[in-house]
Amino acid sequence: MRPNRTLEIGTGLFVLLGLVALFFLTTQLPNSGLKLSGTKPGYDVTAEFDDIGDLKVGAPVTLAGVTIGEVTGIHIDKQNYEALVTMRIEPKYNDIPDDSDASIDTQGLLGGKYVGIGPGGSETYLKQGSRITLTQGAIVLEKLVNKLFANFAGGGSGSSSSSASSSAGSSGGSGAAPGTGRATGHSDSASAAGGSSTRTH
Amino acid sequence: MSVAVADGALLRALRRFGATGIFLVQLLAQCVPACARPRLIVHQIYNAGARSLIIVMLSGVFTGMVLGLQGYSLLQRFGSEDALGIAAAVGLLKELGPVLTALLFAGRAGTALTSEIGLMRATDQLTAMEVMAVDPLRYVAAPRFLGGFIAMPLLTAVFDVVGLYGAQLVGVQMMGVDRGSFWSQMQSSVGFADVKEGIVKSLVFGVTCSLIAVFEGYHSEPTAEGVGLATTRTVVASSVLVLLLDYVLTAFFL
Amino acid sequence: MALSESAHTAPAPAADILVDVRDVHYAIGGRRIFSGLSLTARRGRITAVMGPSGIGKTTLLRLITAQSYADRGEVLVWGHEVSRLARREVYGLRRRIGMLFQNGALLTDLDVFENVAFPLRQHTDLTEELIRELVLIKLQAVGLRGAAELMPAELSGGMARRVALARAIVMDPELLIYDEPFVGLDPIALGVILRLVQRMNQALGITSIVVSHDVNELATIADDSYLIAEGRVIAQGSPQQLRDSDSSMVRQFLSGSPDGPVPFHYPAPDYFEQLLAEDAS
Repeated sequence: MRPNRTLEIGTGLFVLLGLVALFFLTTQLPNSGLKLSGTKPGYDVTAEFDDIGDLKVGAPVTLAGVTIGEVTGIHIDKQNYEALVTMRIEPKYNDIPDDSDASIDTQGLLGGKYVGIGPGGSETYLKQGSRITLTQGAIVLEKLVNKLFANFAGGGSGSSSSSASSSAGSSGGSGAAPGTGRATGHSDSASAAGGSSTRTH
Repeated sequence: MSVAVADGALLRALRRFGATGIFLVQLLAQCVPACARPRLIVHQIYNAGARSLIIVMLSGVFTGMVLGLQGYSLLQRFGSEDALGIAAAVGLLKELGPVLTALLFAGRAGTALTSEIGLMRATDQLTAMEVMAVDPLRYVAAPRFLGGFIAMPLLTAVFDVVGLYGAQLVGVQMMGVDRGSFWSQMQSSVGFADVKEGIVKSLVFGVTCSLIAVFEGYHSEPTAEGVGLATTRTVVASSVLVLLLDYVLTAFFL
Repeated sequence: MALSESAHTAPAPAADILVDVRDVHYAIGGRRIFSGLSLTARRGRITAVMGPSGIGKTTLLRLITAQSYADRGEVLVWGHEVSRLARREVYGLRRRIGMLFQNGALLTDLDVFENVAFPLRQHTDLTEELIRELVLIKLQAVGLRGAAELMPAELSGGMARRVALARAIVMDPELLIYDEPFVGLDPIALGVILRLVQRMNQALGITSIVVSHDVNELATIADDSYLIAEGRVIAQGSPQQLRDSDSSMVRQFLSGSPDGPVPFHYPAPDYFEQLLAEDAS
């Protein structure tokens, strides 16, 4: 039949659109590491956690509940086998004290993980390449339960656990210690359990 | 009496099923030589695909938005709104995308195919081709079948993408779910297996809907009424088979 | 241009017979269509096949083009029994046959030029210029060269049929089959078609089989005529021989009288009984 130019152009566009959509679905969605979005402005800071739970790249970084940035990279520090998390903070939040702490919290009850920054009191601020030294890893439910049972079995003070106090403010000696991470200065009431150890990097 | 009637209906359905199978084999045999005329196939991809694009995109957006709304309201009860991305992506990729696109295809492109071929049958065009020593299967049926088969996964992909953006529109823009969480949760939870499942489904549905549409048109009664009945049969048979195959494939992939 | 009467009674040499239908029986779904049908189409002549509507004339054409196969009997085209031909040979056979359908059967998505060029494009490797020339020549022969750009939907019935005729002859077939070519045409268009059928036969020497029930029109151009009724041939010969026949069926058909062997009344119970029965209730 006579070649119909508009028809062929239309078909070509359609096929192109479909292929682009297919490409998007197969490469962008699965966690293949390919990301389409360009880099956002801001400065990078890092922090090491002993357990990040299921924190994902792209998870928000908040301060006092306000989103100030996002997680841009998750790697393993080969020297101490801890998780090294890179975060990009928006440029306008450039006055975060460099002794602030970072903890991995859960959104809601079953939500995803995010990084919460608790401000310190230092006069110097975080800048590009800064490392947040006070960190608390994610609270993993199974380890919580294990600790609880271990404590009951041990039938004693919380000293049976290698790490000490909780961050959730549990009072009393034999309280369950959700000690997946080391306690931070963030949790005040935890000192009641005695012997809060702070780990610095 | 009713047993005999049921027997007759069952027998007829069986016969039709068998005839469709035989037709499929004959059609597939003609698909390879039909590729010698790519222009015909291009024309049919346009008919089946490009012409269905608008309806697919519209339906995709609204489906995605509904997913966003319903998903948000459900997840909110558990405080897990940021998992909306996962819900939307998985729902679209594995189920809603392939199935809804197939149903839309059957309604728009399938009926067009059936009535077109049925009309050619009714006006003796197919017979004329036979007499001119041109195999109508090769010249008419195969390009239309291939066009539908190629168009379906492309349409499904467009539906999925548009649906995701619809869900994001509702979830992020309207309901305040964090954009980063939305996409990052989705990206880490959606595996290639999910995408693959959706693509396989769309391919199977493409074969099914195109085959039924072409078959019904080819075997319709050569009257105006016959073509109308054939068109109805296309939609009904395509819809039922798509949903049935959806169950089979879902079970197969689990 | 009918030949002398005696030519019809003498048996024709085998090479002269293009289509030979011998004692064919054919039934569809329990309904008997042909019971012992025999006819021949001789080379270079116009053979008319006539009969009442629904008698199976189109089915006969399907048997000749090997689209259907007889239950019993033989159908020989160019000496080959069609039911024994392989698929490829059937297609080879059909390439030597041109067929004109009742409503033209043009491909609706192609324009007139492309419709006529269709067989050439499908079956030959001719260059674009050659195809163009051939198509224009054939269109000129049917008088529609100026309509080459029109779409089938824009053609009148008569014009569509002429285009279909151009398409049927574009591959220079040896046998042309016309399925009810005069149906639904106004007198002018009818005359045009008639003249074309005759011209194809005379100028190009194409053997023609014309199926129709337009007795008077056919009589002016046919060489051999067959009248089919009750599933077989009930009269054959030249148009004059048919007119001289004393079969009442033939006479009813040729004269067009409403009642005779083909009854006017559809079978029904007794008239008065039915009327009175309805009154009483």
